Amino acid sequence: MTTLIEYLQTHLKIVITLCFVVLSVIAGSSLLIDTHHAHTWVEQHVPFFWSLFGFAAAAVIIGVARWFGRSGIQAPMDFYDRSHSTPCEEEE
Amino acid sequence: MTSSFIHPSVLLIAGALLLPFVRGPLRKPYLFLVPLLALCVVVLNTSLAGSFGVVSFLDWQLVLGRVDKLSTVFALIMALMAVIGTLYGLHVDRAGEHMAAWFYAAGSLGAIYSGDYLSLFLFWEMMAFASVFLVWFRRGPQSLRVGYRYLLIHTIGGIILLAGILLRYQAVGNITFDLLDVAHPELYTWLIMIGFGLNAAMVPLHSWLPEAYSEASFNGAVFLCAFTTKTAVYTLARSCAGMDVLVVLGVIMALYGVIYAVMENDIRKLLAWSIVSQVGYMVAGIGIGTDMAINGAVAHAVVHILYKSLLFMGTGSVLYMTGKTKFTELGGLYAKMPATFFFTLIGCLSISAAPFFAAYASKSMIITAGFEQHLNWASWLLMFGATGTFMYNGLKLPYFLFFGANHCSKATWAKAGDPSWNMLIAMTLGATLCILVGTAPGFLYALLPYAVDYNPHTAYHLLETLQLLGFAALAFFLLKRYVEPVDRICLDIDWLYRQAGCGFLWLIKHPLQWCDTAWGEAYRAVGLSSLMTLSRFWSWFDWHAIDGVVDGLARSVRALGGKVRILQSGQIQITLYYAFSLAAALLVTFIFYQLL
Repeated sequence: MTTLIEYLQTHLKIVITLCFVVLSVIAGSSLLIDTHHAHTWVEQHVPFFWSLFGFAAAAVIIGVARWFGRSGIQAPMDFYDRSHSTPCEEEE
Repeated sequence: MTSSFIHPSVLLIAGALLLPFVRGPLRKPYLFLVPLLALCVVVLNTSLAGSFGVVSFLDWQLVLGRVDKLSTVFALIMALMAVIGTLYGLHVDRAGEHMAAWFYAAGSLGAIYSGDYLSLFLFWEMMAFASVFLVWFRRGPQSLRVGYRYLLIHTIGGIILLAGILLRYQAVGNITFDLLDVAHPELYTWLIMIGFGLNAAMVPLHSWLPEAYSEASFNGAVFLCAFTTKTAVYTLARSCAGMDVLVVLGVIMALYGVIYAVMENDIRKLLAWSIVSQVGYMVAGIGIGTDMAINGAVAHAVVHILYKSLLFMGTGSVLYMTGKTKFTELGGLYAKMPATFFFTLIGCLSISAAPFFAAYASKSMIITAGFEQHLNWASWLLMFGATGTFMYNGLKLPYFLFFGANHCSKATWAKAGDPSWNMLIAMTLGATLCILVGTAPGFLYALLPYAVDYNPHTAYHLLETLQLLGFAALAFFLLKRYVEPVDRICLDIDWLYRQAGCGFLWLIKHPLQWCDTAWGEAYRAVGLSSLMTLSRFWSWFDWHAIDGVVDGLARSVRALGGKVRILQSGQIQITLYYAFSLAAALLVTFIFYQLL
C-alpha cells in the first residue's frame, strides 16, 4: 500500500484530474437519478443540490470553526496552568 | 438467577476478582476467555424474553435480568466490545487495568439488563467508579486531576439521577425502570433525563468527555468510547423516547461536536468531540421517538461502538508506538504505520457514512425519520453536521495524521511503526464488522427493537452521499490551510466549571476566611478578655469567699492546733504545770461561783 501511495503522490496532477472527473460524473449522475422519493422540494427541483449542499456546508463549517477559534476559544496550552496558579501564588 | 438466564456481569466481576491470581502463560488465554464467555452468555440470553433474576429487597422487587429486543441488542454489542477491547490490550501486564475495564463492562451490562431503578443505579455507579481507573492508569501528568474531575462530574450526575428516582418513587410508588410519561414531564422526569443525559455527554454537561477520553490509557479509551455514552443512550431510549427537548439537544450536540473537532489539535480529543456529535444523532433520534427513529438511534449506537472503537484503536496505536497524540507533533505516518493507517481509514469512512461502510446503514435512518415527522429543520441540521463529520473525521484526521506535513521529531519517527499482533487482530475484527454492517445491514436490522422497513442501498441515497462527501472533500482541499491544526487548547464549557471552582475557592479563601478571622479576633478581643476578667473575679471570690469559709475554719483549727501544740512539749514538769494551773483556775472559779 505504501508503494501505491507513493506512486499516486508522484503522479499528483493525474490524481487531481481524475478526482475532478469523478466529481463531475457524480454531479452529472444526480441529474439522471429519480428524485421523486426525496423528502423535500429543494432536493427534487434544485440541480446538483447535494453537491452544492456538501460544498457550502463544509465551507461554512470551516469558516465558523476558524472564526470561533480566533475569537478566543483557542487559547495557549498553558492557559489553565497560568489561571490556576494565581490563587496559590497569592497564598504564598 | 432464575430460569436459564445467566448474568454476564457476574462472569466479568468474578473473572476480574480472580485475575490477579492468574499469572504467567495462563494470563493471556484467561484474559481472552472471560469476556468471550460473557459474550457467549449474552448470545444464549438472546433466546429468552421476560424478566429474570427477580430478587426481593426490602419492599422492592429488583429485576436484574430484563431481556427484550432493546436490552439484547445493546448487551450484544457491549459484550462484543469487551472482547475486542480486551484483545486490543492483551499485552498489558497491569491486572488492575483489565479489572477496571471488566468491572466497567459489567456495570454497563448490568445497567442494560436492569428492570428497576435501584439495580440500574448501582450498576450505573459501578461504571463511573470503575471507568475512572482507565484514566488514572495512563499515569500522565494530568491523569490524576482529570480523573478526579471526571469522577466529580459523574458523582453529581449520579446524585441528580438518584434524586429523580426517589421523587419518582414518592410520586408513583414503584421503582420499575420503564418509559416515563414524557408528554407530561414532572420534576423527576427532568432529573432522570438530566442524570442519563450527563452520561450521554449532552451539551452543556459534556465537557468531562473530551477531557477524560483524551487523557485515558491507550486501551482504556477503547472501552471508554463504547460503554458510558451508549449505556446512557440505551437508558434514554428506554425511559425518554419521544421527549421533544431531546431533538433540540441532539442537534446542538451534533453541531457543537463538529465545530470543536474541526478546531482540535489532539487526535484522541478530536475523536472524543466526535462522540459528542455522534451521540447527538442518537439523542435526536430518541427525541423524535418514532419506531424508525428509535431503530435508527439504536442502530447508530451499535455501529458507533464499532467504528469509534476502531478509530480509538488506530489512534491508540499511534499513542502507544510514538507517545504522541498531537497533529503538530505527528504527520506522514502512513509510511511507518501502513496497517494502522488502513484500519483507521476504514473507521474514518465508517463514521462518515460513506457508502458500504457502517454508519451508511444507520445515520440516514434518523435523518429520514426526522423528515417523515416533518422535523425538517432538525434533519437539515443533522445533514449539515454529517458533512462536518466527514470533514474532520474522514479528511482532517487521516490527512494530517498520516499525510500532510511531517512534524515528527527524530525520536518519534524512529519509534513509529505498526503495533503488536493482538492490537492488529482487534483492529481487523473491528474493521471487518464495520464493512459487514455497512454492506449487509440485514443482520443488524433484525436485532433492532422494531420491525425495519428501510433500505439504505438505494440509488438516490448512494448519489446523495457521494455528492455530499465528494464536494465536501473539494471544499476541504481548497480551504485546508484554514483548518491546519495549531498547538492550542480549545476552551469549552469546562471553563465555566473551572471558573466556578475558582470562584468557590476564592469565596472560601477570601470572604469566608475573612469572616472566620474576624470572628476569631472578636472572640479573642471581646469574648476571651471578658472571660478572663470573669475568671479572675471568680478565682478571687472562690479564694476569699468560698474558700474563706471552708478553708477559714481549717486555718483556725490549724492556728489553734499550732497553739495547742506548744502545750505538748513532752516534758512532764511543764505538763504538770499546765494541768495544776488549770485545776487551780477551775477551783478558784468554782469557789467564786459558790460565794456569789
